Amino acid sequence: MSQQINITVTVNGASYQRTVEPRLLLSDFIRQDLGLTGTHVGCEHGVCGACTILLDGQPVRSCLMFAVQADGHELFTVEGLAIDGLKHLHPIQEAFHEEHGLQCGFCTPGILMTVKPFLEQNPDPTDEEVRLAISGNLCRCTGYQHIVNAVKTAAEKMKEER
Amino acid sequence: MKPAPFKYHAPTSVEEAVGLLADYGYDAKILAGGQSLIPTMNFRLSQPSVLIDLNRIPDLGYITPTRDGGLRIGAMARHVAIEQSALVADVTPLISETMPWIAHPQIRNRGTFGGSIAHADPSAELPAVLLTLDGRVQATSQRGRRWIGADDFFVDLFTTALEPDEMLTEVAFGPMPARSGAAMREVSRRHGDFALVGVTALVELDAGGACKDARMTYFSVGDGPVAAKQAVAALIGQKPTAEIIQAAADLAANADIPTPNADIHATLEYRRHLISVLGRQALTLAFERAAQSARQGGAK
Repeated sequence: MSQQINITVTVNGASYQRTVEPRLLLSDFIRQDLGLTGTHVGCEHGVCGACTILLDGQPVRSCLMFAVQADGHELFTVEGLAIDGLKHLHPIQEAFHEEHGLQCGFCTPGILMTVKPFLEQNPDPTDEEVRLAISGNLCRCTGYQHIVNAVKTAAEKMKEER
Repeated sequence: MKPAPFKYHAPTSVEEAVGLLADYGYDAKILAGGQSLIPTMNFRLSQPSVLIDLNRIPDLGYITPTRDGGLRIGAMARHVAIEQSALVADVTPLISETMPWIAHPQIRNRGTFGGSIAHADPSAELPAVLLTLDGRVQATSQRGRRWIGADDFFVDLFTTALEPDEMLTEVAFGPMPARSGAAMREVSRRHGDFALVGVTALVELDAGGACKDARMTYFSVGDGPVAAKQAVAALIGQKPTAEIIQAAADLAANADIPTPNADIHATLEYRRHLISVLGRQALTLAFERAAQSARQGGAK
């Protein structure tokens, strides 16, 4: 029998207790053990950024961590963005909707998770700063310009909400 | 793909960690930030039977000044902490200048300074920085602690002077010399990718404005960071004119690293071209900064 470890993680404010094998990637834990399939798995070697989540508020690749390492930590995934189910989208989601910041949507959860703390720390970013911030997220559809536009629009929306 | 099974240990002290290393030796692999190790495990290029996760050891992420004006960086200090540290920017501006070139923000939130040094990837920036700044690495095992100088630390491809029962616990840098300046340059296909060629340089001027000492290290050109010793020798004692700098950069390409590795990303000829161009740019910038430091009375 392989080694099994009990872990407790907080995801989007809810606490989960599970028993996991040490080799289980955090990305697979979130999708398969917790059923939160908004976090996408692309390259599984840290290049594409689709699996980006927030670990204690900071964006990280969930495919480059083991679930056991998240024990006792606070995670945030794309499911936590909208308020009250899907009734109230987060301003970043609204902006991506309005600006066509996605086409197929595969990269979008990772980009939203990257953009959220970025805009909280840089409420008024330049195009250059936006491009650097999302440099670790690959998108094969949009050509990025619409994503940059969406991030700028999201910044405006978030300022209005303050 | 998914990682092969392994036994997982999460020690809560350095003593416990080196005890595990002593028990398992070559079978164990240390997990620091995991941003290089876990990709290779996901591809099963690496299949360690035991992982020793350092992330539960408190207080290994420090960045502290030394009494002589240098800097001590704990093994688990994350890239993001070093990038944002005012102390690092003040004592070793070359490190601060280099950090944004390391991968992407998400990787830098997790990756560690010590992990990058111990991993010894020939394409990585920090091993070259360690060589250029002549830093020291603290190795800890049950047998005790020892210091390894940068020049002795990198042995071969992904291979360091660390013994199987040793772990890197700290990296230390002395104060920058008076009238000195440093710079780094790199070229990659996309920002955040591994460099096709990169270089770090540190130069020191004498009171008369001639080059007193210099260190220059390339990365992504061989099996590890490569010191451009002949290029540097051509600078010592010389006034850093454009001609002298160009001659030194050409020596780096023609004498120090005449056969950089060729791969799908760049041919040998292109890498040699970059060695010369980036060497000239880094040296020019470093000498400008050294001259500025000299004008400010020898302070940094």
